[in-house]
Amino acid sequence: MDFLLDVVAQGLAYGILAIGVLLTYQVLDYADLTVEGSFPLGAAVGAIFITQGWNPFVVLIAAFIAGVLAGYATGILHVKFRISSLLSGILVMTALYSINLIVAGNSSLIPLFSYDTIFTYGNAIADMVGGTMGEWIMKLWPVIILLVLVLLMKLLIDWFLQTKYGFLMRIAGDNPQLIATLGKDIGWIKMNGLALSNGYAAVSGALISQFLRSFTADLGTGMIVLGLASVIMGITLFKRSRFIGFTTSVVLGAIVYRFAIAAALNAGFPSTYLRLIMSIIFILVLILGNGVMAKFFHRSIKN
Amino acid sequence: MLKLEHIKKTFNKGSANEVVLFTDLNVAIEDGEFVTIIGSNGSGKSTFFNIISGNILQDSGKISFQKQDISKVPEHKRSQYIGRVFQDPQKGTAPSLTILQNMAMAYNKGKAFGLTKGVDRSLIPLFKEELTNMQLGLEDKLEVLVGALSGGQRQALSLLMATLIKPEVLLLDEHTAALDPKTSDLIIHLTDKIVKEKKMTTIMITHNLKHAITYGDRLLMFHKGDIILDIKGEEKKTLTVEKLIEKFNSLNMIDALDDELAFSAQ
Repeated sequence: MDFLLDVVAQGLAYGILAIGVLLTYQVLDYADLTVEGSFPLGAAVGAIFITQGWNPFVVLIAAFIAGVLAGYATGILHVKFRISSLLSGILVMTALYSINLIVAGNSSLIPLFSYDTIFTYGNAIADMVGGTMGEWIMKLWPVIILLVLVLLMKLLIDWFLQTKYGFLMRIAGDNPQLIATLGKDIGWIKMNGLALSNGYAAVSGALISQFLRSFTADLGTGMIVLGLASVIMGITLFKRSRFIGFTTSVVLGAIVYRFAIAAALNAGFPSTYLRLIMSIIFILVLILGNGVMAKFFHRSIKN
Repeated sequence: MLKLEHIKKTFNKGSANEVVLFTDLNVAIEDGEFVTIIGSNGSGKSTFFNIISGNILQDSGKISFQKQDISKVPEHKRSQYIGRVFQDPQKGTAPSLTILQNMAMAYNKGKAFGLTKGVDRSLIPLFKEELTNMQLGLEDKLEVLVGALSGGQRQALSLLMATLIKPEVLLLDEHTAALDPKTSDLIIHLTDKIVKEKKMTTIMITHNLKHAITYGDRLLMFHKGDIILDIKGEEKKTLTVEKLIEKFNSLNMIDALDDELAFSAQ
């Protein structure tokens, strides 16, 4: 039970990253690697402000702003200086590695064990209630608070994608020529999309660092794989249902992906295998999704 | 008036693939004129459109519209008064949005694209009426994704979207070429109707000689970056395929007609 709650909580926190990646990969049709740097940037900004006594909810806003700035950096490189989308992301991601260490006060580790996080509020409420009820609240608190936050951030994007500017962003990925025909500059649309996406990645990073109760410099490694895997898994698994929208699909994708990873680690692989397992599961999803293996399945069904 | 003066354009300058297209292109198009353009591949018709719309910048020369110099105005700003329909039906619409959402965006052209609702549902009757005029049955498919429509339907929608907010100049870039003959006739008929109704300055590139002769009140022929024929007024009104071919022969320019163009006159 604890294992399950832990996986769901982490899946939800990474779900916000998945929504961010959805914005670039699916909506804008832009392969953005910046998240690999903006995710730990959010974690660093969040952690450093927590150690300075800020409210752990307020630091999420600070993390968001930091991520937005990182997104604009990539956007400016790509749009204004005409550097390819892939390279712009790589450049900013690499630069952010140092920036994250500087933000963290020239340290690759900020422990948060002795500070309040959004998750420790659960203990206070549990103490107030007391008894078995209190114990349950303590266990469920991380999932509850993350559900509320994810729902809020999901609804915000759902609403945004139905506005006129949201439509422009969808058209920018769909048919860039139409943006010019509509009399709009595609550059700003891309930059704002990248900013929003990386803002979400940074909030996700801040939540994960609060959940793990520390910021570490290598927190971002593999985040692009995690984000893309969540988006692709979510859309392949859940998009057939008419009642689940894109944003919900990718959050569910993140939870399923975290679950697959946790299951593999639980089966006896040492934690050094984590990133290898992350890649292998993603590769399996891609191969199963692209139909290369479909003929084998058909054969096995016939037999 | 849309005026191009002394336009020069060379592609891949300084490389082995250098192509000198326009050396000194001059043309003036009056307000309300409906001009058809023919010419073989590589004659410069598409580049002519790209230069007018701002998609490609000329090396030198001046473009002016209503006496204002627009030579260096970026494409998206020129789009405020220039509408365009492309040969590829996919270029004029957004496939992952519905017909209603596409039309709502086209209707918003020239206004702010802010954080207000993407679709103003009070406009549905207006959109339905416009779609009913197209006679393609699209008025009952407002919630259908545009990606699910046929090429002809998408092109009809592109045409409607490009003219929903009346542009001052409409550029039609072989917009019927990718369609089957029947759909092509339908779209050209719709085009003529819309152009006459809205009285827009219209320039239409076509590979179909009959369309070029039947429609419009002026015909230009491009060849190797020059305008070698400019037929207007009474002469355009009484023009027939035979007269045009005769004219080519007398000018010893039958080569300028590529096979596709000549075939379309049969």
